[in-house]
Amino acid sequence: MDNNAVLTMRHISKNFPGVVALSDVDFTLRAGEIHALMGENGAGKSTLIKVLTGVEEFETGTIRMAGMDHDLINKSPQMAQGNGISTVYQEVNLCPNLSVAENLFLGREPKRAGIIDWKTMNKKSREILGNLNIDIDVTRSLEHYSLALQQMFAIARAVDLSARVLILDEPTSSLDEHEVEKLFSLMKKLKGDGVGIIFVTHFLEQVYKVCDKITVLRNGCLVGEYEVENLPRVQLVAKMMGKDFDDVSAIKKEKKIIEEDANIKIIEAKALAHEGSIKPFDLVLKKGEVIGLSGLLGSGRSELARAIYGADKPDEGELFVKGQKIVVSAPIDAMKSGMSYLPENRKEEGIIAELSVRENIIIALQAKKGMFKLLGKKEQEEFADKYIELLQIKTASRETPIKQLSGGNQQKVILGRWLLTNPEFLILDEPTRGIDIGTKTEIQKLVLKLAGEGMSVMFISSEIEEMIRTCSRMIVMRDGRKVGELEEHELSQMSIMKAIAGGSENE
Amino acid sequence: MSSSKSLIKKVTGFRLFLPLACLFLVLIINVIKTPTFFNITIQNGVLYGYIIDVINRGSELVIFAVGMTLVVAASGGTDISVGAVSALAGAVCCFVLSGGEQSTDFYHAPYILGVVAAILIGAICGAWNGFLVAKLKIQPMVATLILFTAGRGIAQLLTDGQMIYLRVDHFKMLGASIPGVPLPTPVFVAIIVVILTYFLLKKTALGLYIETVGCNSKAARLVGLNSTAIKFLTYTFCGFCSGIAGLIITSRVYSIDANNAGLNLELDAILAVALGGNSLGGGKFSLLGSVIGAYTIQALTTTLYAMSISADQIPVYKAIVVVIIVTLQSPEFTKMRTALAAKIASGKTAKEAA
Ligand SMILES: Nc1ncnc2c1ncn2[C@@H]1O[C@H](COP(=O)(O)OP(=O)(O)OP(=O)(O)O)[C@@H](O)[C@H]1O
Ligand SMILES: [Mg+2]
Repeated sequence: MDNNAVLTMRHISKNFPGVVALSDVDFTLRAGEIHALMGENGAGKSTLIKVLTGVEEFETGTIRMAGMDHDLINKSPQMAQGNGISTVYQEVNLCPNLSVAENLFLGREPKRAGIIDWKTMNKKSREILGNLNIDIDVTRSLEHYSLALQQMFAIARAVDLSARVLILDEPTSSLDEHEVEKLFSLMKKLKGDGVGIIFVTHFLEQVYKVCDKITVLRNGCLVGEYEVENLPRVQLVAKMMGKDFDDVSAIKKEKKIIEEDANIKIIEAKALAHEGSIKPFDLVLKKGEVIGLSGLLGSGRSELARAIYGADKPDEGELFVKGQKIVVSAPIDAMKSGMSYLPENRKEEGIIAELSVRENIIIALQAKKGMFKLLGKKEQEEFADKYIELLQIKTASRETPIKQLSGGNQQKVILGRWLLTNPEFLILDEPTRGIDIGTKTEIQKLVLKLAGEGMSVMFISSEIEEMIRTCSRMIVMRDGRKVGELEEHELSQMSIMKAIAGGSENE
Repeated sequence: MSSSKSLIKKVTGFRLFLPLACLFLVLIINVIKTPTFFNITIQNGVLYGYIIDVINRGSELVIFAVGMTLVVAASGGTDISVGAVSALAGAVCCFVLSGGEQSTDFYHAPYILGVVAAILIGAICGAWNGFLVAKLKIQPMVATLILFTAGRGIAQLLTDGQMIYLRVDHFKMLGASIPGVPLPTPVFVAIIVVILTYFLLKKTALGLYIETVGCNSKAARLVGLNSTAIKFLTYTFCGFCSGIAGLIITSRVYSIDANNAGLNLELDAILAVALGGNSLGGGKFSLLGSVIGAYTIQALTTTLYAMSISADQIPVYKAIVVVIIVTLQSPEFTKMRTALAAKIASGKTAKEAA
């Protein structure tokens, strides 16, 4: 039956100090199939991929590729590419200061007479991106583009390398529905061409939309391989978590915003603007409110949050916190007035890679307290343990460098960092990015609980479902402008999509 | 068995294991080459011997290395002006104390004034570097190149291109020893600088801030740190250290020779940081590692002198040893080493099982 297999991995084991990342895992990929690799945060999905593509070495096991008469051991991603395995890793690893075109052709630049042929390169880049309906200036450096676009570039690059195996490790984590659709049609086309695709995601509906097979990992062990149609959603979740869990059980919003709270304006922005990204903007946020920001990519939803927090200093406008006008010239000013901001780009702006989980958790609180009020060692450890426990962070110890954690667990650490500062106003930009389904629900519950206790929250997510569950009001943005506002009773998938698309004038 | 294995793991996993191992390696070579290396004698109530000499002569390097460590950690770059700044600081001190005369046997101004002036000029130079790097975002190497070349020139201007001699016994004490104290003064100065810096880093959040900024300055900003101020601070502190080192250097020869004081010490300081197991890319650092690195380099220099290798050949030998040590600490080599250790350990287990 497995005559069709392009890739077979058998008895793969990999240990990290103190962690069994993979233990005796089998995995089979067939030509022309889309194969979902599922598991909780830290289950070993990315490790399996890294072992396959030569980022990490494995200890035991064999890897075979069809048409090869010997075992395959890739020593580096380049070698894997040479062997027909093309990969988009979980964290975008392109060069921020090179142009988009350079990034797309890094290591395989078109040359003429030994010199890089820029013209061809830029032209080809536009073509490649054109296939994904992306129309941007390919000569600008990568850092000018949003994380979602960067993710699309990484995908475009991988897809362009003609490969027999395509690996996508959480490629959709910061994509909108729209981009996800583009990606899926591309994947289906490649599938038709006989490419085997490994697809890692925490979005179950995406699995059921495009995948043929599912392999589930739990704690580094193989749980099993299933046909998609034979594994209903509830069972899949149970297999991933090792226990029954009803992820769709709606979280009940306890919308009993206390009467007097509702009159306290925590945040009021008047004509706040940032050149090039957001037009003058008014916003009022009450105590205990969870407000959602939605809009297409580049609509300015993240930029608005950044302007309020001072991550990008606003050029115009005024900001009031509890009625007091404040001037935010750096994030520390915003923090001092009770704000916290979880950025979207975990790798670039979130984690402090070399430092431990403990240090990563306490750093914001420590910065807020100031240099001379060092938190005691005991205290730091208690804080760290508290959030490791609360957010179920899977780490060998609290002193483990954060870079050794799985992507989802890093995200939890950063979330813990901001919760620890106990803000009055919490801005969350894609807080559940890369977080598994069980914890995602926990985090949504937590947000509602905190709001119930009087915290105001600004919630940005490309997952509309998640926003409907948590937000009591939603602002819809387009082209850096507020184009709509939806009250709680108006919130539904349909109404939001409609407001975002804006009566199809852009589509 | 498993406990002995975990002990080995613990010891080799200890951050300072490699720097210490390198130091021991150099010391062992020393003992083989010079059996009297660890001998200590007392003359006139002062200790003498090779090892004392290493500790004494290494003092300036230790002080430079302390400042350099923080600069490297916070900015991921190096300050190549430290040697020149120390010469300038020394020149300022001599100028103040000699009242501008070329040779004098009494102070023309209170001693403390000379000391303060030297340290101050060091800190000002550091602040200048810090301004260029942190505020204007100039590459550290390029920014500090300015004082690297101009520092000695300014010192020359100040001393009119001449050497200044301060033949005052009191002035020699900082670089030699205080009557009744068995160890040379520089040793104490170095220890004090190290201890004070250590406490500054550990008893305040400064150490954590520096590591955070050096590791990811964008993230550091978002968690509320002022990356610019912290980088500026480390450069200023580095200049401050250069000022102190400059005082010792001048005191040793009770004169200032702006062309040669502290010459090439910036390279040794950077090496000391690297030998200490610190990444030159910034981020996490170990102050103690750099101190060990500094003494390692000094021990090496002393060995080479003891082997009567001429001064102009010494860099060649130093380079060879440094290549070896740096290779030993490289990530690729570490990988090989851990793989080997795992193999040996598993081999042992298998044998024991059989
Ligand atoms: N370089 C490393 N050093 C030490 N431990 C590591 C390293 N990389 C991964 N691990 C550990 O291996 C385990 C599996 O991690 P992996 O990244 O494969 O998880 P994942 O399934 O991809 O999770 P996520 O959904 O969060 O991305 C985790 O416990 C992680 O802490
Ligand atoms: Mg992963």
